[in-house]
Amino acid sequence: MINIRQFKDKWLHRLFFCIATASIAILVMISLFLFMEGLPIFQKVSVTDFIFGKYWYPTSDPPDFGIFPLIIGSIAVTVISAMMSIPLGVMTAIYLAEIASSKVREIVKPVVELLAALPSVVIGFFGMVVVAPFLQNILDVPTGLNLFNAALMLAFMSIPTICSISEDAIFSVPVALKEASLSLGATHWETIIRVILPASISGISTAVILGMSRAIGETMVVLMVAGGAAMIPTGIFDPVRPMPASIAAEMAEAPFRGDHYYALFATGIVLFLFTLMFNLIADHIANKYRQTGEASL
Amino acid sequence: MDAKADRNIAKKAAPYLRRKRVLTQTITFFFFRSAALINGLALIIILYFVISNGWRAINWTFLSQPPMDSMTKGGIFPCIVGTLALSIGALIFSFPIGVSSAIYLNEYARPGRVLRIIRLGINNLAGVPSVVFGLFGLAFFVIYLKLGVSLLAGALTLGVMNLPIVIGASEEALKGVPKSYREASLGLGATKLQTIFRVVLPAALPGILTGAILGIGRAAGETAPIMFTAAVFFSPRLPKSVFDEIMALPYHIYVLATAGTEIEKTRPLQYGTSLVLIALVLGINLVAIIYRSRLRRKR
Amino acid sequence: MKKSVFISVILVVLFCTAGIVFAGKVVIKGSTTVLPIAQKTAEAFMKENPEVSISISGGGSGNGMKALIDKTTDIADSSRFIKDKEVKLAMEKGVYPVPFAVAYDCIVPVVHTSNPVKDISIDKLKDVYQGKIKNWKELGGDDRKVVVISRDTSSGTYEVWEDKVMKKERVYPGALLQASNGAVAQAVSKNKNAIGYIGVGYINKDVKPLTVNGIQGNPKTTLEGSYPISRALYMFTPGWPEGDVANFINYVLNPEKGQKLVEEVGFVPLY
Repeated sequence: MINIRQFKDKWLHRLFFCIATASIAILVMISLFLFMEGLPIFQKVSVTDFIFGKYWYPTSDPPDFGIFPLIIGSIAVTVISAMMSIPLGVMTAIYLAEIASSKVREIVKPVVELLAALPSVVIGFFGMVVVAPFLQNILDVPTGLNLFNAALMLAFMSIPTICSISEDAIFSVPVALKEASLSLGATHWETIIRVILPASISGISTAVILGMSRAIGETMVVLMVAGGAAMIPTGIFDPVRPMPASIAAEMAEAPFRGDHYYALFATGIVLFLFTLMFNLIADHIANKYRQTGEASL
Repeated sequence: MDAKADRNIAKKAAPYLRRKRVLTQTITFFFFRSAALINGLALIIILYFVISNGWRAINWTFLSQPPMDSMTKGGIFPCIVGTLALSIGALIFSFPIGVSSAIYLNEYARPGRVLRIIRLGINNLAGVPSVVFGLFGLAFFVIYLKLGVSLLAGALTLGVMNLPIVIGASEEALKGVPKSYREASLGLGATKLQTIFRVVLPAALPGILTGAILGIGRAAGETAPIMFTAAVFFSPRLPKSVFDEIMALPYHIYVLATAGTEIEKTRPLQYGTSLVLIALVLGINLVAIIYRSRLRRKR
Repeated sequence: MKKSVFISVILVVLFCTAGIVFAGKVVIKGSTTVLPIAQKTAEAFMKENPEVSISISGGGSGNGMKALIDKTTDIADSSRFIKDKEVKLAMEKGVYPVPFAVAYDCIVPVVHTSNPVKDISIDKLKDVYQGKIKNWKELGGDDRKVVVISRDTSSGTYEVWEDKVMKKERVYPGALLQASNGAVAQAVSKNKNAIGYIGVGYINKDVKPLTVNGIQGNPKTTLEGSYPISRALYMFTPGWPEGDVANFINYVLNPEKGQKLVEEVGFVPLY
């Protein structure tokens, strides 16, 4: 009797293990399919020409498959949105974890979490229909669908990520550290900036990197708001065409397994590698410089 | 002598310095409060615009009729059905796999390289951009598995996207079950399996369900994964099988706003659809958040 | 909580297996220019033939062609003729595309309603779209930067523009690419500096059409051929159509039915 039960137990252990590896398996499959459908383009275009080529004209005769403007568009949008979302996100996190009274916290924290729940298409819609005309009329820029608008909307999407992960990190700093600092006569603010922040810096860095990773991968917002011009921006109000926008806009018309199709998958590979790199860095920081407690998903 | 003079000066300066430092604190705290306020304002502004421009479009016809007359009249019923079908379908796939993975990670796994790799996999899966999921769904489900553009392909793609959320929430729930429960059960002679299924899971079920609900909310709002795998611009009848294409709320907003034939005329409908989608997603999330905070308070 | 989840699961399963009724099904994909025609005729057709179900997607002529070649659509809407490359690809896959011209169209450059410019020559249009003319005052307008709006590469409208206006040269990278005629019209109507091009069926009171070389784009000049940027709109089928697809195409070509709707939508009927 006991043998059968142990037998069942052992096999179910193995079964669960296999299922748990599903996530890794899927990640591997995604990479596999991306590479399978994307690598053929490199028979026509060299890797350097693809990544650094300045012209994206995939349907011309002859076509040009240079995604450099797309990459720059993605990077520009991410950097500018980070400049807005990092201060706002971290400050809000500090506010929630340290400064706010618990009643205020009960209201503000769900509000920030709800901001995270807003579907990206609605934020893109808002950017297109409200912010773009506003920018055009009030600031008199040539077009409201531009880098700045996209960065602003992306900031709204990454702030909740940055805020909740940072807040968790700040919250888990041991109270003893804080109390020691206060008892030595430091003000609350000095305690925050000299003791708590350095202690939670790994969590905050993780939060920032994950937030930026979210921004670079976001599709609907940049599709609707960034302008769609495949050029290297010279100013903050220039239209751009980040990688996800290009993929989403052109995928449906690329003939199956034609050159354009391969090129779009190859763009997907580049995008995937970017986010993978961000996530691996975040993971590395979280594990190596961990000062307190928890690995959180 | 010098030390004593220093201390005297310090003693006299201390109150001034203290006041200066407190002032610095007040000022910086003000900035921090403003940051939080800006966040809150952002949500309120977006909600305000969508609600004030959209509520006029909401009526029973809107919610229960398909679009008519080049989308300028009629409603979004097929979209609501499509979105619900997609989200529930996504859950059907991500729930068993996600909960089982969480069970493995929490109950069976031993710390080591294998565990780290699995966790790495989950974390990275969580960070993959939605359009890359769309590409994967296209290449794998639509083409390789020959499912075609269908409800099934879309639900599978969304299910894969949801996996990290379900795993995360389930793990948190499982962790919250006190160790004493497990020990008591094992002490009474149950196998590990029986313990899991009869003691731990039931205790963790509320938390797991919270994760499932959040997963539905996320899947309902996503557009990029379904753009190439499931959604169409206009389909007059409801899907009759899982192999049919469907309309969906987020995709509908997108096409009405960018590819529609009467963009200005359908603007109120776009707002209305956005309102319905937001109401759906926020409603689902609110339910989950409230449920979760009640659970936390109980503990 | 558990119970309601359970019930919804059962409902979804029932839903999904609730019999595949053999209703006629027609899938249409492709050009956003032809989309209003497809939609209006499909709606009217389905009223007369309630057992047929027609699903429509836009995305651009390129989408339609690709779907035709991949055998994922019954009808491909296209605002341009099929390309040689596409014919070759189709033949390789055993698909023999059959074109049906369903309407005529002219592509009209449009600007914001406040823009004083009324006419533009084809050469100047080309210069604008190559980024050579950067300010409206060079065209006799105000001192404002020109914002160039063009179409995505999947667009048949774009292909025709590239052929007839750009003379096969490329539009410069700084042009904002929009996904549909509707999006171009919207973008131009909201931007005082913008210029774009749309099919004549999309012209509304929010945008101002320009005359090209002094000729206005309207049904008469299109049919005459005097307006320089005119074209036919097509529906392609894989092979000669049969059954519901044939009925639908006949409906669209019918001067009393489909063609009347073409006119209602704002395009130029065949007769």
